Amino acid sequence: MPVLQTSHINKYFKDPVLVKVLDNVNLTVNRGEFVSVTGKSGCGKSTLLYILSTMDTDYEGDLHIDGELMRGKTEAELAQVRNEKIGFVFQFHYLLNEFTVLKNVMLPGLKLQRFSAQEVEHRAMERLKQLGIDQLALKAANQLSGGEKQRVAIARALINDPLIIMGDEPTGNLDKRNSDVVFDIFRQLSEELKQTLLIVTHDQAFARNTHRIIHMQDGRIESETL
Amino acid sequence: MNLGLITDIAKSLLLARLRQTVVAAIGVTFSIAMFIALLGFMNGLNDLLDGLVLNRTAHVRLFNEVKPNPDQPITLVPEFEGQHHFIRSIKSSGLRLDIANSGAILDALHKDSRVKGIAPRVNAPILYNSGTIDITGAVGGIDVVAESDLFFFRDYIRAGNPLDLKNISNSIILGKGVADKLLAEIGDVIQVTTSKGEQLPLKVVGIFQSGLADFDKVQSYASVNTVQKLLGKPNTYLTDIQIKLNELDSAPAVAREYARIFELDAEDIQTANAQFETGSFIRSLISYVVGIVLLIVAGFGIYNILNMMIYEKMDTIAILKATGFSGSDVRKIFLGIALSIGLAGGLLGLTIGFGLSVLIDHVPFVTPALPTITTYPVNYDLKYYLIGISFSLITTYFAGFFPARKASRIDPVVIIRGK
Repeated sequence: MPVLQTSHINKYFKDPVLVKVLDNVNLTVNRGEFVSVTGKSGCGKSTLLYILSTMDTDYEGDLHIDGELMRGKTEAELAQVRNEKIGFVFQFHYLLNEFTVLKNVMLPGLKLQRFSAQEVEHRAMERLKQLGIDQLALKAANQLSGGEKQRVAIARALINDPLIIMGDEPTGNLDKRNSDVVFDIFRQLSEELKQTLLIVTHDQAFARNTHRIIHMQDGRIESETL
Repeated sequence: MNLGLITDIAKSLLLARLRQTVVAAIGVTFSIAMFIALLGFMNGLNDLLDGLVLNRTAHVRLFNEVKPNPDQPITLVPEFEGQHHFIRSIKSSGLRLDIANSGAILDALHKDSRVKGIAPRVNAPILYNSGTIDITGAVGGIDVVAESDLFFFRDYIRAGNPLDLKNISNSIILGKGVADKLLAEIGDVIQVTTSKGEQLPLKVVGIFQSGLADFDKVQSYASVNTVQKLLGKPNTYLTDIQIKLNELDSAPAVAREYARIFELDAEDIQTANAQFETGSFIRSLISYVVGIVLLIVAGFGIYNILNMMIYEKMDTIAILKATGFSGSDVRKIFLGIALSIGLAGGLLGLTIGFGLSVLIDHVPFVTPALPTITTYPVNYDLKYYLIGISFSLITTYFAGFFPARKASRIDPVVIIRGK
């Protein structure tokens, strides 16, 4: 069963005039794939990602995650899906500055309640160790550098063993060295843990190293390269 | 749901903006403190003023009113039955002023479970003789123990021992005004004359001050026996029976019942003192209105601060939603913040309000009209504290409701893409 499947997704922006931003997007992501979505600014790649992430519900067409149809689910049910099955990495880190690094990583796990608080903490420490930043665990989130923040965000995305990790320009705000670190982490996750990844990026170097590149133009999938 | 986690997040957001939250909480604290102090003081005054009259008033008073006989000869004529009778120049009949068969009535009242206590009285008009001057006045023959227990008689004695009234025969307790006019002190013997012309020397054993100056200029008290002796009446002669009930509210019904059974006039406290209820009600109403207005102002403060916090925490809200927190979780977080401000501010307000009440309670307040009062009166009823904390929680809930709803509706996509 594919992790994620869309059929005939259309999306319009209605302000100020009706503009079609996504045009009949059909996409399937299978388990263990490392997929990148590229395209010029405004081609609709981020819009597509937010529809796939269930956060944007204003679209035509069907979205299946893990075989389940997302249409008709309530806001709370969609939140549950995001919590359980999707890990996010954004361009601007988006850590909660009120909490420590460890707590930031733990929050989605505490929300899911699959494990007890101690176990969640233990798992969070494991993730941080895996990414080589366990020494930062008790620091406040705003004391970290950009690269460190992005690694914490990845650890947070991993806490609930998600079905898929989605990234919106995760290296867009990082220098070359940190970009490489982040890419290496993604590749490692993909190769060693068979983690499914779907990363939106305009970084061609990044995209070239993924399993599959989806190139978008004017709201359509123009080409796919393996 | 995951209440612990929600509380934890609310706490962290709150502590991250500690100064603003403290300002918001101080608003609540101030209003609750004022609310408590105001209500405590107002109700203390209410109790005092009510006490001035209500404590001394019987719940039901049985007596014989001087009035025309309701059974005029024409009512006995069968032809005019059921018609309106026009009769002129009726005079009040010479009916007896005392209560007939008083012993049996007292027995019946003692057996009635609704009655808390009874105090019989003999009221008589007298003249106080001071040299060549006679001062008109009234003497009440009382059972001093019952009067003290039921009507706080002891509280109004400024000098002397009220029990001497019972223990020393032919003794009298004078009103402050009477004593001043007669230049009488405790231990002096004064002469009084009854309306029938009989004269009797009485020993002054005490001086009372009720707080109603006009009353103190005419009234004095002696024992029931002394007044009966003064009037030359037997020891069953009583003009009033004052009854205190267990339930104040049942007084009108009980009064009607006794009037019918004993064939006497019966007056209940509600009829006798309707205006005092009104005064108390208005004072309470004013305190509540002021308190609620203060709270509403504090509520707007909380509303503003939460709104500001939501604008500052847009990113946080977006990320919480992206990682799986639902709109209702976010709403609970912000409502939690509002309610914690309300609870913390409210509890502190109660404490400060209590402190203010204690302070007011220690401010000297001496007035000759109120001999037993030395400081301002304050009511510490737990009820006001419960109302205070409930009000603070309700206000902060409403102040938090709209900002929290706004937060729950924030679209994470807009925030995350907008960067």
